[in-house]
Amino acid sequence: MSDIKVSIKNLYKIFGPDDKAMVQKVEEGATKSSLQTEHKHVLGLSNVNIDIPARRIQVIMGLSGSGKSTLIRHLNRLIEPTSGEILVDGEDVLAMSVKELRNFRRNKMSMVFQKFALLPHRTVIDNVGYGLKIKGTAKDEMHERSQKWIDRVGLSGFEHNYPAQLSGGMQQRVGLARALATDAEILLMDEAFSALDPLIRNDMQDILLDLQEELHKTIIFITHDLDEALNIGDNIVILRDGAVIQQGSPQEIVLDPVDDYVRDFIKDINRGRVLDVSAVMEPGSSDAGLDFAATVLLEDAMPAMVKADVTRAKVVREGEVIGEVTLAAMIRAIGRPESHEGEQVTYR
Amino acid sequence: MELFDEFPSLGRAGLRDMKKGIDFAFRDFSRANGEAIESFFDPLMFFMVWFENLLIEAPWPLMILIFASLAWLGARSIPIAIGTIVSFFAIGWFGMWEDTMATVAIISVATFLCIGLGIPLGILMSRSNRLQAVITPVLDVMQTIPSFVYLIPVVMLLGIGKVPGLIAVCIYALPPIVRLTNLGIRLVDKDVLEAAAAFGSSYRQKLFDVQMPLALPNIFAGVNQTIMMALAMVVIASMIGVKGLGVPVLRAVSNQYLALGMMNGLAIVALAVIFDRVSQAYGKRLQKHRQGGHGV
Repeated sequence: MSDIKVSIKNLYKIFGPDDKAMVQKVEEGATKSSLQTEHKHVLGLSNVNIDIPARRIQVIMGLSGSGKSTLIRHLNRLIEPTSGEILVDGEDVLAMSVKELRNFRRNKMSMVFQKFALLPHRTVIDNVGYGLKIKGTAKDEMHERSQKWIDRVGLSGFEHNYPAQLSGGMQQRVGLARALATDAEILLMDEAFSALDPLIRNDMQDILLDLQEELHKTIIFITHDLDEALNIGDNIVILRDGAVIQQGSPQEIVLDPVDDYVRDFIKDINRGRVLDVSAVMEPGSSDAGLDFAATVLLEDAMPAMVKADVTRAKVVREGEVIGEVTLAAMIRAIGRPESHEGEQVTYR
Repeated sequence: MELFDEFPSLGRAGLRDMKKGIDFAFRDFSRANGEAIESFFDPLMFFMVWFENLLIEAPWPLMILIFASLAWLGARSIPIAIGTIVSFFAIGWFGMWEDTMATVAIISVATFLCIGLGIPLGILMSRSNRLQAVITPVLDVMQTIPSFVYLIPVVMLLGIGKVPGLIAVCIYALPPIVRLTNLGIRLVDKDVLEAAAAFGSSYRQKLFDVQMPLALPNIFAGVNQTIMMALAMVVIASMIGVKGLGVPVLRAVSNQYLALGMMNGLAIVALAVIFDRVSQAYGKRLQKHRQGGHGV
């Protein structure tokens, strides 16, 4: 957990001819809209600081225009920042020469795209092997390794089809396999599942979580969908107007939203699926017969308590009782947060 | 108000001196360098003479067989292959075999020359907006200026013959392939290009793995247009000594030989239709991946 893979420090991105000079204006307090009206520059990212732990799924979320796609493209320098630092394994990505950057993209960081971005004139197996081909891998080895990933994402039998012959979900599996085939340690996913319909999206999330259990890659996942973020993220960063407004685990964000923007985000989610029993636990120990591990979700715990006809249960971690939960506390926790009527909620 | 009645012009004497100046300067230039330029093009001329003789002297059944197999390889269509055989048979039957072979020879050389020059030029153009801004008006001029106008300096420099004819054909036929290569590369899906960059493609890898293949439909439309425009220049090229179907057409125009003109004109049409159908069908076959549907 303490192992930091990617570290983003004081990152600014301003679009416009005189971007460097504008950084100071932002530091002095210019907002996105004032920068736009007074200086005709667009604020992309504003003082972003994120430490991304290794072998975890880091979700970056925000509404459209919040700068999340801009941010992810800085990590492999598809977009050059105005100022700031990006360290991957302690190495400064921004200091890399063209050649070093090319090797970095070939070996260390691969990417999955919202619109799939497959090569339409190549078959599935050649698309999956595309990153390997660029690295100069021999054809036999490329096909062998591509085949392994095609099987792994469940596309066996479609090796020789063209992308246009596949459905959206299948095309994105090709995109995922292509990114995995290079054996890069870091996987960037730019709204990778957003273009898919909800059932397929859930499927793809399951595939990703399955793969992650075995591969333990550092995954940086961009999304505008909070359900998706809560489902797959180990950590979540929320962006607005190019600035980080909250970061933490899914539970931290649901239990303690930092402002109305975040509160508005989380008001419609299924809280029982995010919170676990340790989040609503109270000290003490009940004499009830039922006990739960600390990571059991409320969604699973509550029906179990009703079925056992109890209103209290023990919470156990590594064999020791660490507290108790009541059915009432659980029901209170999954209720919608109090509304804050009268308060102004702005999204821009 | 004299200014409004009379257009302020250079005046007869001034105009004459200017024209004379240009004419003499170019004449002196061509006298001084004509031979050097001509000998520079000598290898091209020898190749064209050799290629034309090869086509004319090869046994006609062999040539028809070659044309038919090329049509089959390109189009994979029996009707087009049969159409090719019938057309060439009719051409020979009506006594136009030699002229047709001469025309096929110059069209082939002109097409390959235009592709060889035009595709790299189009690629360069697609990389730089500034270069595009410079080349586009030049291409406009090449396509719209009356051919007779640029025949004058070409003939002054190189005399009459195959090479000046080839140059005249290329000036007219080059623009579409350049334009469509440029357009095709510029229209390549930005997302796919971004993916190529994200996986660490070098510039060459991007060009040959992504841009060229995805631009191929447009590039192929350019090749097709280039062939058609080269054929359209056959008659004009014959005015400066290029052998082929244009020569009898020219003779027919000046002597009012209706039948001769029609026959040779239709032979040019037949060539155009064959080239067009074969190259279009070939272009379509390159796109088979664009067809959707599962399990095709």
